[in-house]
Amino acid sequence: MLAMNYRGPYRVRVEQRPMPEILHPEDAIVRVTRTCICGSDLHLYHGMVPDTRVGSTFGHEFIGVIEEIGPLVTNVKVGDQVIVPFNIACGKCNFCKQGLYGNCHESNTMATAVGGIFGYSHTAGGYNGGQAEYVRVPYANVGPTVIPADMDPDDAVLLTDVVPTGYQAAEMGGIKEGDTVVVFGAGPIGIMAARCAWFFGPSRVIIIDHLDYRLEFAKNYAKCEAYNFKSMADPVLFLKKITDWYGADVCIDCVGCEAEGNALQTFTGKITLMQAGAATALQWAINSVKKGGIVSVVGVYGPPFNYVPIGNVLNKGITLRANQASVKRLLPRLIDHVQSGRLEPKKLITHRVPLEEISDAYHIFSSKLDNCIKTVLIPSTKA
Amino acid sequence: MINDNQDYKNIPGWGMDIDVENEPTYPMKNYTGDDHKRSNYEKSEQQPVKIELLKSNERPKNSVVFGTSVPPSGLSGMIRRYAFQHSEDRYRHWIPLILADRINAWEGIIEDIQKGNIPNIFAERGYKAELKYNTAKLVERACYALIIGTIAIKYLRKKK
Repeated sequence: MLAMNYRGPYRVRVEQRPMPEILHPEDAIVRVTRTCICGSDLHLYHGMVPDTRVGSTFGHEFIGVIEEIGPLVTNVKVGDQVIVPFNIACGKCNFCKQGLYGNCHESNTMATAVGGIFGYSHTAGGYNGGQAEYVRVPYANVGPTVIPADMDPDDAVLLTDVVPTGYQAAEMGGIKEGDTVVVFGAGPIGIMAARCAWFFGPSRVIIIDHLDYRLEFAKNYAKCEAYNFKSMADPVLFLKKITDWYGADVCIDCVGCEAEGNALQTFTGKITLMQAGAATALQWAINSVKKGGIVSVVGVYGPPFNYVPIGNVLNKGITLRANQASVKRLLPRLIDHVQSGRLEPKKLITHRVPLEEISDAYHIFSSKLDNCIKTVLIPSTKA
Repeated sequence: MINDNQDYKNIPGWGMDIDVENEPTYPMKNYTGDDHKRSNYEKSEQQPVKIELLKSNERPKNSVVFGTSVPPSGLSGMIRRYAFQHSEDRYRHWIPLILADRINAWEGIIEDIQKGNIPNIFAERGYKAELKYNTAKLVERACYALIIGTIAIKYLRKKK
């Protein structure tokens, strides 16, 4: 089968690889029909995530058709078209039972700080991902969810990560009616977080980024105010000013470790790797939120540590909330939002690319060429 | 020191101010109290270990399922084995892993050449897309490289 093959920072290719096999009685093999490149895949692509081994296949956003099931799989059958959440979850550990499917304790041998994630380095379990024609899906009784018959596959593939992560980012903000919400980052997740924030009743949603084409898209898609931080001397001061010198009620970090906008963070986080990426967005979120406000973090950072103003978290009484999205918990609600037409995820897709052209697709997304917002890869495999 | 007081519920005031609504992780977490059972929950059958698996030393045994994509090998594998002797709290876990990743990229090139394939690094880096969508920038970079290269060659010739 064809699969993506990581060769080192900024180098990927597609090549023939062995078919995945059932390795556990609860496994399934899925034939991939749509798979995306996620903004967090770029952290792997740029060599920012420790234990990303050459020869790995990335891809944690994919949908497909069940081709084979292990002897203990009962919830899905061969031929089902399924959404596969990016988290690998057993459904039995204490964390899964309490709805924390992104924190499963039985899907990652290599680290305790994160649950298993498809195609996301050995730090996240060492699984091959879905940027391939076929993929092994463990715990097939738990994660895979049958795609409703009337759902567009382009909408379905964005329910594996982008929509749940954006929604949970807003949900974790504990947004109250009339609140002012600031979202840092106008990538797919930030745009979705801004759009989903309206479900919780704020009066203002503001998005901050440095790319005009993304801000323009966010303004139209998420019906929010959009500002370019490159046009400001001091983004935190700007946000204080436009919130009556009070600060936002809720700030959401949708950027993570490759933020721009602060020379010291960039030098220590991206150039010299003296911290786990540049925490500029998180720093701004902490400093822009009101006293007693909430900062919600879904931007991905590496495991070691980051320089953030934790003293201000204490002194301002900020509640910091963060997690990998619990996709399985959120799917029923989000499928309803999509089917009712309240959410239109597929509008985020700007590029549809054959799997064979993955090197170019990564470069376009990474370098923000051709006004790229979201790229979907389409394997040519037929049943 | 372990406090083995089994009658903690007799401590004056124990549990008086419990507020079950005060769950900061809600709605992410539907608190059930199962955390207090620690790791004694029902587990599925263990996936057999047929490859070399590096296990975090912060857990007593392997997770029920695990990925088998790229077992450790070569010099990078030796460094990864060292890293996994240390907990996820220690820099001596993460920094060796980053070093191993960089060495692994070179091992990948050597492996390709050993198999008789010269890796097409320009294609792997997606420069076809750069040429299509960012031609001006690519030409600018090529010019800078040409100028710097010419100056360097001239300097070296002069020195000789």
